[in-house]
Amino acid sequence: MSSINFNTTWQYAPAPESTDHIALKEQYELFINNKFIKPKEGKYFETLNPSTGKKIASIAEAGEADVDAAVKAARNAYNKVWSKMSGKDRGKYIYRIARLLQERAREFAVIESMDGGKPIRESRDIDIPLAAAHFFYYAGWADKLEYAFPNRQPKSMGVAGQVIPWNFPLLMAAWKIAPALATGNTIVIKPAETTPLTALKLAELIQEADLPPGVVNIVTGAGQTGAAIVNHPDIDKIAFTGSTGVGKIIQNAIAGTRKKATLELGGKAANIILEDAAIDQAVEGIINGIYFNQGHVCCAGSRLFVQEGVYDEVIRKLKARMETLIVGDPLDKNTDIGAINSKSQLGTIERYIQSGIDEGAEMYQSSCELPKTKGYWCRPTLFTNTSQSHKIVKEEIFGPVLAVQSFRTVEEVIQKANNTPYGLSAGVWTDKGSKIFRLTNKLRAGVIWANTYNKFDPTAPFGGFKESGFGREGGLHGLAAYLKI
Amino acid sequence: MNFHSSPIIDQVGLEERAARLMKRSIKKSSKETALKLALNMIDLTTLEGQDTDGKVRQMCYKAMHPHDDLPDLPTVAAVCVYPTFVKTAKQALKGSKVKVASVATAFPAGQSTLDVKISDTRFAVSEGADEVDMVISRGRFLKGEYNYVFDEIAAVKEACGKARLKVILETGELSTLDNVRKASDIAILAGADFIKTSTGKIKPAATPAFTLCMLEACRDHYYKTGQMVGMKPAGGIRTAKDAIRNLVMVRETLGEAWLSNEWFRFGASSLANNIILQLEKIRTGNYHSMDYISID
Repeated sequence: MSSINFNTTWQYAPAPESTDHIALKEQYELFINNKFIKPKEGKYFETLNPSTGKKIASIAEAGEADVDAAVKAARNAYNKVWSKMSGKDRGKYIYRIARLLQERAREFAVIESMDGGKPIRESRDIDIPLAAAHFFYYAGWADKLEYAFPNRQPKSMGVAGQVIPWNFPLLMAAWKIAPALATGNTIVIKPAETTPLTALKLAELIQEADLPPGVVNIVTGAGQTGAAIVNHPDIDKIAFTGSTGVGKIIQNAIAGTRKKATLELGGKAANIILEDAAIDQAVEGIINGIYFNQGHVCCAGSRLFVQEGVYDEVIRKLKARMETLIVGDPLDKNTDIGAINSKSQLGTIERYIQSGIDEGAEMYQSSCELPKTKGYWCRPTLFTNTSQSHKIVKEEIFGPVLAVQSFRTVEEVIQKANNTPYGLSAGVWTDKGSKIFRLTNKLRAGVIWANTYNKFDPTAPFGGFKESGFGREGGLHGLAAYLKI
Repeated sequence: MNFHSSPIIDQVGLEERAARLMKRSIKKSSKETALKLALNMIDLTTLEGQDTDGKVRQMCYKAMHPHDDLPDLPTVAAVCVYPTFVKTAKQALKGSKVKVASVATAFPAGQSTLDVKISDTRFAVSEGADEVDMVISRGRFLKGEYNYVFDEIAAVKEACGKARLKVILETGELSTLDNVRKASDIAILAGADFIKTSTGKIKPAATPAFTLCMLEACRDHYYKTGQMVGMKPAGGIRTAKDAIRNLVMVRETLGEAWLSNEWFRFGASSLANNIILQLEKIRTGNYHSMDYISID
């Protein structure tokens, strides 16, 4: 069988994005009442650069007393300023954040890649522009809530406690903060402990935008800080994005309280290639579906279903395409796959890869060179010869690992795609419109992409079925999650 | 043959892939290597009603001596002229490795009988052309007469003898990626040594999407048969940056084997000087005045 040699004499030289223009402090405090405040217990933790394993900055760890101070600040700002302000004026502040973020997009992109390990191509072209777009979009809604929900007299909820993950640190902050502000709520938000920097840079930007003190409070820390937010009696609404395990803990914790919640949890999406699909474009969609952001994507297309008539061709082209993926320095403009976010996540991924091998699946990894730094690296990986019973097919890996199954008929693939406790997203690839409608009607997933994958837009609601959570973020639906209507 | 079964191309997806390839950042040593490689892949072209022997001879000298100020500069791959200038070009290029390519088959519209096209081709070859750039009958293609298009290419291929055949699809007139893919498959199966995007007379011509689509046709044929087919984007590639982007597409679609002028060419007239400008920038650190770079 003829194969193509991608190991060419002509190679791409390193093209690193400059870091001269960024401003980072050695130590970051908690952001409460528009001021940077030292944590009461004086504890700090380190945030690392996952591509080198080296420390970037010390970050304050918020204890219960700090969270309480943040919630009080938010309550005070809600009662005295933000709930009384006109929607038009709230919108002005949000527009200001959006514009400042756009102006400083390059700095944010570089920091996002340094702190989280994602390639600069993605932070520059996707994370930061989309975050700004979310602020712009919801700024526009701030004075139009009564038109969004006619005759319902929508009212803000109060203080929102928000806990966000490490895979899209700034983007998730924007998803949470923008609609909450537009609808007149105040915020206590906790970024993930491995990726707090862009949220803290956002704090600086919020200061610069001159938001009334206490409207947005950012408290850093790990699980205990998150628990302190969730359990605080004066929080009205919890918005959480993260693992299904933690989502269940949160739901237990708030049961019987007045707290409302939206949870955006894990996923194990089916990406379905039908035999009449445009194969090369579908292969590209498989790549984007699973290797985008090192596979640290809750809606990643991690279960690939390929119809048997095109199975061999798809696998051959997929393997060839994997050979051209560049794993490397997140700040290099040519990097396709950056560093795994943390040592512990790399450990999880490696355990799943081992489990795939142990359960008899056939592994293929690209032959690319891995950087020789002490960072956390993982080759793009796929497993063939898998079935619904394999652990790597059932559980969310949250890494660049794809499990491939073949199928024969549309009925069969619908059944198998839905045969999971998750239901966040799915992908369908076919040239036939009728098949798209048939599948999208039957697949139990909150987001379904047809002939594309991992496309996001502030106007489109995002959220899950079943154990992938409830509530929607983005679009008009994203407003409803922060309003009493 | 049944040409209704060419692969489906999703335009949005293919354009996204092309756009992503365009984002590769080629700097420093890799840029210099790419520029020299690209220069060596150029078919330096003049296809004007006003062409004369004098003009062709001047261009041939340029083909052999792109810019003597720069040592170790390769020549271009070939010159591309009308059949009536093949003899002149052949003489002017004597002793060099630069090949002579001739357009034929009632270029550029191709609106003539098969007999005329065959004799046009035979004339070019008898004058000494190493390569023949033919045009397909786009009208017939758009009418769905795929077998006619196939037979015509096969007949011209036969008339070429030992000369290598490049088949011009005229992407701008075929207009859809599905058509371009189908025409590529027809040309390849009918015996094309190269498939080529355009005549240079119609826009759009060698857009990244059209070129990528055709590169994928070459790759699929290689997968199926192990046979290599060359690719020549022509029309609209004017800057060194455009050329490098094309090389990135070749590298990541077809790999090492196609990264030589044996299997990849640029049809262009002003590209060579833009590449020279960039190479001088690398050598001296400054942009030259274009007055230091000869126009031939």
